[in-house]
Amino acid sequence: MLNYIWAFMILAGVVFAAFTGNMGAVTDAALSSAGEAVSLCITMAGVMALWMGLMKIAERSGLVAGLALRIQPFLSFMFPRIPREHEARKYIATNFIANILGLGWACTPAGLKAMEALAGLERERGNPAYLEEGPGDGLKNAPRKVPRTASREMCTFLILNTSSLQLIPVNMIVYRTQYGSVNPAAVIAPAILATLFSTVVAIIFCKIMDKKP
Amino acid sequence: MAEVLANFSNIMIPVIIFYIVAHGVINRVQVYEEFVGGAKEGIRTVAQILPTLVGLMVGVGVLRASGFMEFLGKMLGRLTAEIGIPADIVPLILVKMFSSSAATGLVLDIFKTHGTDSYIGMLTSILMSCTETIFYTMSVYFLAAKVSKTRYTLAGALLSMAAGLAASVVLAGMM
Repeated sequence: MLNYIWAFMILAGVVFAAFTGNMGAVTDAALSSAGEAVSLCITMAGVMALWMGLMKIAERSGLVAGLALRIQPFLSFMFPRIPREHEARKYIATNFIANILGLGWACTPAGLKAMEALAGLERERGNPAYLEEGPGDGLKNAPRKVPRTASREMCTFLILNTSSLQLIPVNMIVYRTQYGSVNPAAVIAPAILATLFSTVVAIIFCKIMDKKP
Repeated sequence: MAEVLANFSNIMIPVIIFYIVAHGVINRVQVYEEFVGGAKEGIRTVAQILPTLVGLMVGVGVLRASGFMEFLGKMLGRLTAEIGIPADIVPLILVKMFSSSAATGLVLDIFKTHGTDSYIGMLTSILMSCTETIFYTMSVYFLAAKVSKTRYTLAGALLSMAAGLAASVVLAGMM
């Protein structure tokens, strides 16, 4: 994905500049942007170190695990059909908590595990597409690939994930600091409100789709 | 309202730091050592994204200096300005659906041109805080479960992004 986006930016930029006579500006931009990326990382390193250090404490003190326990009622509400003891719940809880705390590196592994566990749940339910190999056609004895359709739980899980759950927008605060904001943290409260709103809309949407046959 | 929001924003970080450290001390965690260990990971993460950031900021820089961004923004901006979305935000919304780091390049560009505390700067800050990379997340997660038919996932994701955008426009207008 990024390959296409990046190639498009560079190629379209140079071609467009050639037609509009902005080649000089493009040269400046290429060189100064590279330098800016480095100075941004230097600012960011401090804040990231602070945040990740705190999160490490939260992990060790059991704060993260405690939070995962506390959102169980919410999970029962959003995923009524996942059995209580199923491992999918554990991974979904970890993924949501990591998302809320802005632990990007911890979200994706837990999220991928959750998807695998949800696929396992479909297998347990006897969904033929989720068996290791599709049913053979009998004649050639070759397993036929059945395209897998997302389960309701997968849809709900992904919609909630893409609705953004992160409470404190640490990155945004850093970028705002770097570019001379008078009050870099001013974004926190409105960000929480906007995130809540988009998540509530996602929850309502999932609930409506869940009711449909 | 704006004052309440600003006050809340200001006390959030100290409260969180206090709570985490206090919780750690109560549970007999070697708080300082753990902190340093985590901080080390933080530095490593930043060092790892530096090359990506160089690539993307150069990409965005080139595209902007060529005049392409302005051109695209002017074309689409005429339609979106009516509902409070400035032209500069349009490419940002599109790119954010695919790549968070590419969007970061655009965000920094907006901060540089319009400042962080202007309406556009504030709108950008809030918008980026309440949206996710829809297409990236969907492709990676569904790949893990080998799912090819995603049913209503995209519709739900786009709807919640639209909700986030609407909330951002309203909130940025209030700040």
